[in-house]
Order: sequence, then C-alpha cells, then structure tokens
Amino acid sequence: MASSDVDRLRAHAAEHGIDTDTLSLTVVDDRYRLVVDGTVYEDLTEGEVRDTLATHPAAVREWAFWHRRAPQADARWAFLRWIEDADAHSSPSDRRAALTEGEQQRWGQLLVRVRLNDAQRRAYELRHVDDADRSAEQLDAYDDPRTARALAKYDNDGRYRPLATAPTLQTGWVFAGLEADALVQAVDFFYPATIANWHRERTGTLDVTHWAETTERQTGIYAVTEELDGAAVDWVAEACCVDSQCLKRRQWDETADRTLDVARGDGTFPCREPCSLVIAAARKWALLEREDQQTYTVQLTPSEKEQLETMLDAVADGTTDEVREADVGNAANRYRARYLRAKRAGDELFESPEDDE
Amino acid sequence: MASALVIAAHGSHLNPDSSTPTFDHADRIREVGAFSEVREAFWKEEPSFREVLRTLDAEEVYVVPLFISEGYFTEQVIPRELRLDGWTPEAWASDGVSATAATFRPRDVEKQVHYCGPVGTHDAMSDVMAHRADTVLDARAGSQVGLAVVGHGTERNENSAKAVQYHAARLREQGRFTEVKALFMDEPPEVDELTSHFDSEDIVVVPLFIADGYHTQEDIPEDIGLTSDYRTGYDVPAMVDGHRVWYTGAVGTDSLVADVILERARDAGASIPANRLDDAHSSPQPV
Ligand code: SF4
Repeated sequence: MASSDVDRLRAHAAEHGIDTDTLSLTVVDDRYRLVVDGTVYEDLTEGEVRDTLATHPAAVREWAFWHRRAPQADARWAFLRWIEDADAHSSPSDRRAALTEGEQQRWGQLLVRVRLNDAQRRAYELRHVDDADRSAEQLDAYDDPRTARALAKYDNDGRYRPLATAPTLQTGWVFAGLEADALVQAVDFFYPATIANWHRERTGTLDVTHWAETTERQTGIYAVTEELDGAAVDWVAEACCVDSQCLKRRQWDETADRTLDVARGDGTFPCREPCSLVIAAARKWALLEREDQQTYTVQLTPSEKEQLETMLDAVADGTTDEVREADVGNAANRYRARYLRAKRAGDELFESPEDDE
Repeated sequence: MASALVIAAHGSHLNPDSSTPTFDHADRIREVGAFSEVREAFWKEEPSFREVLRTLDAEEVYVVPLFISEGYFTEQVIPRELRLDGWTPEAWASDGVSATAATFRPRDVEKQVHYCGPVGTHDAMSDVMAHRADTVLDARAGSQVGLAVVGHGTERNENSAKAVQYHAARLREQGRFTEVKALFMDEPPEVDELTSHFDSEDIVVVPLFIADGYHTQEDIPEDIGLTSDYRTGYDVPAMVDGHRVWYTGAVGTDSLVADVILERARDAGASIPANRLDDAHSSPQPV
C-alpha cells in the first residue's frame, strides 16, 4: 500500500475530519478517533493512527479512491459506484475482492468494465457490448476519451449518426486502462448528458419537459411543431423514440396529464425532453398534416397489396439492405418492387378523386 | 475558482463535418488548460444547449457562441435553451456587432453563466481573416493584394451583413491589404461579380463562415469563377478576368479561432494566460 495514502488521509482528517462509509477519523487535541471496518479505536496518537491504518489497507485504498481520485462530482461519482455495484459490497475488502475479479455494467451499447490492475488501482475499460467476447487484439485500442466523439459520429456502414443514442454505435474499438475521470469523460462523449440525467432521475430531480411545452417554446421554422397534438404525438414517439430507434427511455409525454400510448423503452438512462432530431422531423410532419385526407381507388392483386405493406415495413424497420438481390420470394426485394412499378406506375397507381371527373 | 467553458455551435443532423471545427477549437483550448472543463454544445447535436450546463461541475461557466453574428441564434435560441433567467438582447447593449458579455443564472442548475457575444464579431476575428489570407497567399502574389470578406447577406439576418462590413472596415483601416471589400452571396455588392470590385491584380477571398459546407465549398468557388463546377475541383490561385484569385475557405476553421473564443471568455472576466493570438499580433505581418 502506498504510505502516501495514509499520510494524505491523516492530513485530510486533521484539516476537515473524515466521516465516510469507508472510515471515519476525527482529531481532538492531537488525539485521534478512528472507526474502520467496524472497529472503533479511541485516543490514538499520530503514530498509532498510522500503524492502525496500515492494518486496514483496503479501507485506506477505498478512501483514497472515492474521496481523492474519483471525480468529486455527485453524478459521476454515483455513476462510478453503480458500475461496480459498490453499495452492495459491505466492507472495503469485499469490494476490492470483487474488483480483483472485475465488475461490469451496460450503458446503452457501451460495456464498462472495471478491475484492479497490477498496481492495485482501478482500471476502467470501455467497449461496444457486441464486442464483449472479443480479445483486445481484435479491437482498435484508444486511450484519449476525445476519440469517442469521432467513433460516435459514424455507424458500422460509415453512415452519419445524428442521434448519439441511436442503437447504431459502431463496433471494433476499445478504451483500456482508463482512469475514473477519463472513463466518465468518454461515456459523456458517446452519450452526452446521460450520466447527469440518470443521476437526476435517481435522486428524484429529473426535470421532464413534455411535448406541449417543448413545441410551444419553438420559434422560427420550428414554431409549426406546436400544431402536432393528440395521436400525432404518439406517432412521433412510435417513429423515433422506441428502443429500436433510440436507447434513451422516454420520460416525456404529450403533457403531464396525457400519457402517450407508446412503450417508453427499457433504457438505463432517461430522455427528459423531445430532442432536436425529433423536433426537426416533427416540423415536417406538422406541415404534412396540414393536408386534407382524400379517398383514392387502387387496382391491385391481393399479393400486390400485401407487397406494398411489406415494403412499407421494410423501409420503416430499416431492413431493405438485408433483402438479398435474388430473393424474389421476399416482397421487399428490389426486383419485385421494380416489377410492381413497371406494371402499375405507368397508369397512376392510385386514382385520385379528381381523376374521375 | 474552477470555471468551465462552453462553445455553443450549430451542428447538423445531415453533415457530419459541421461540428469538426467546434471539436478542434475545443481541443486546442483544452490544451491551454485555462478552464477546468471545456465542452462543445449544439443546436442540432448533443449535448444540446438545453442539457450542456448540467454536465459541468464548475459553478462559473463562460458560454461563447461559435456563430458569425448577433441575431436569431445568439439572441433567441441559445439564451432560451440555456434557460438564462432574465435574458433580453438589451443585456448585451450592443449595436449589432459590439456585444461582449452579460451574466445570468440559469433556471435548471446552480451556476452562474457569463453569456458572451459571438465569435464572429470579436475584433480579433479581423486578425484571423488577415492571417487566413496570408496562409493561402504565396510568392506569386504581387504587392497589390485586394481582400474580399464574403458573407451570406441580409436575407436571414441583418446583423450578419453588419459583421462582414465591420471586419472589412477594420481591415481597410489596418492597411494590410491594398483594397478591402465586403461582398455578399444574396445581395449587392455581390460576390459573383468579384473581379469588377477590384483594381488589384491579386484578390484573396475570405468567407466569414463558421464551418465549411455547401456555401463555402460549392457556391462561392463557382460564384468567384474558380470553377464552373465545384465537383471537378479547382486550383488556388486561379486566373479570373486577368486577376489572380486566391481562396481560403471558411475562416471559422482557422486554428486561431480558438484564441478568439478565449478572448471572448477573457473579455467576460475569465482568467486566461496570454495566448497565441497575442503572439500573432506582435509578430511583423508578412506582406
Ligand atoms: S426524443 Fe426520442 S429520439 Fe430523441 S433522444 Fe428522446 S427518446 Fe431518443
């Protein structure tokens, strides 16, 4: 154990007193009172404190990590505790024993791991959950948290990801041997503000802003979003916010009193307000919803009707890429779509009411 | 006391490169080490203006908009989304290009926010433009060089034209370039008649834009005659109507913009060590 940790601890106690779940150390008139690992020591001299602490190395190390090295900021601190389920291990030595094995948690598509390294210090590792079983050699290694911004920009196919929490994070990378502050920084670059809002939720202070309030606040070209209400808000959430599209758990509704009839999702971290991507899409929908409905007549075989439905699903589910070139058995196959277009689009697939006149 | 810096930029849902200059400037400032935290925030990306403050530990936060001019975003969107209690555009007491900073308490966090004027209207931006011009000019340029500062125009916001004219006037006064003109894409004097505005044989064109995008990479190169089709690329300099035309791309991508951001925070009271822009000021200007 680093004796400097003991010295720091003693100095800290002399100045501020220490009263944590790990240990407590107070000094009155140069005599110390120490509570550590359930034992109370009274009336100790400075030298005796030093000697006694040396017999509780796990407690000293835990104090040094949680109260000196870890970021002294509520949300990040709570996040680091949660990663290793720290509150579940009753004593510092239990906790360190668990860390020798290693602990891990999922955060969206991130897998966070922590274990004690050779120097008996916490080393954090961050990778994609889908890379859980891959060896570090199979992954591109990074150590600067800022790289997370670049990794978060593109999916595995090189397409831009405008929504940080879309379930399309690219795989194939690892951050190994991170210190606690670098770990939380990397997580915040992958999923900005998720730690802060998760912590607020856990402490009962999440400030949810509902749809009506968010759209009412919009100005300029987004002022129109306010026109979308009722069922259309459900459709927006169904389109953008369910787990297949976004890993945040939607906590907003149309208003506090009008809950949407759409699954909130099972995400670990909450969504407290419609995001800019949803507002930008809602602008388009608000404009489109200004149109009146019409009745069209359409001549289709039953299979063609079914094909239109299958194609709509394929686009909405983003599965068109998965349909094989020659799989003409799949109604969303490109050749099938082209045949339908060749046959039907020539004489206007849908007949408008005016066409009859 | 620890203080944080937030660079507030537009970002994009469609263009992945829109945020690159913001990240680059933020990283340069991180390396200066003047702030305990530096964070990028965006209108279209994350963290949003709405949620960036809660990601910070510091209670003292300097927010610098990485925008060209005062207007819709700096006066309405950013303060509203940051929930700056009591904000009105009058708080800056600006004539359209003179905002420095005003201090507010946001409604959702226990912090003090020093809300600074945009990067684009800071005096130091004139120096960045001159620097930007100097980086593309080489020995082929003669002694008579005209500078065109190009802006979008008044279509969206009258202050954006003011910012362009402001820097053109300052650069004219500094006498570094033989002629200095403010030109626009959407209104007269128009950039597509570039050469008719200049007598100098060499003309260097500096767009006052934050990031490169279709205006600076497609429209302007075509407008100023570097190419008839941006997709085929172009050489700099190019001969146009008997003038050698030099082109820099968006000034906002210049590394010195990081120093302008620092200047903005410093003007608002942040304690910041002397930076590279000061060095650039004191070194003799190459001609
Ligand atoms: S509004 Fe919907 S899509 Fe946007 S972050 Fe929240 S849950 Fe995700």
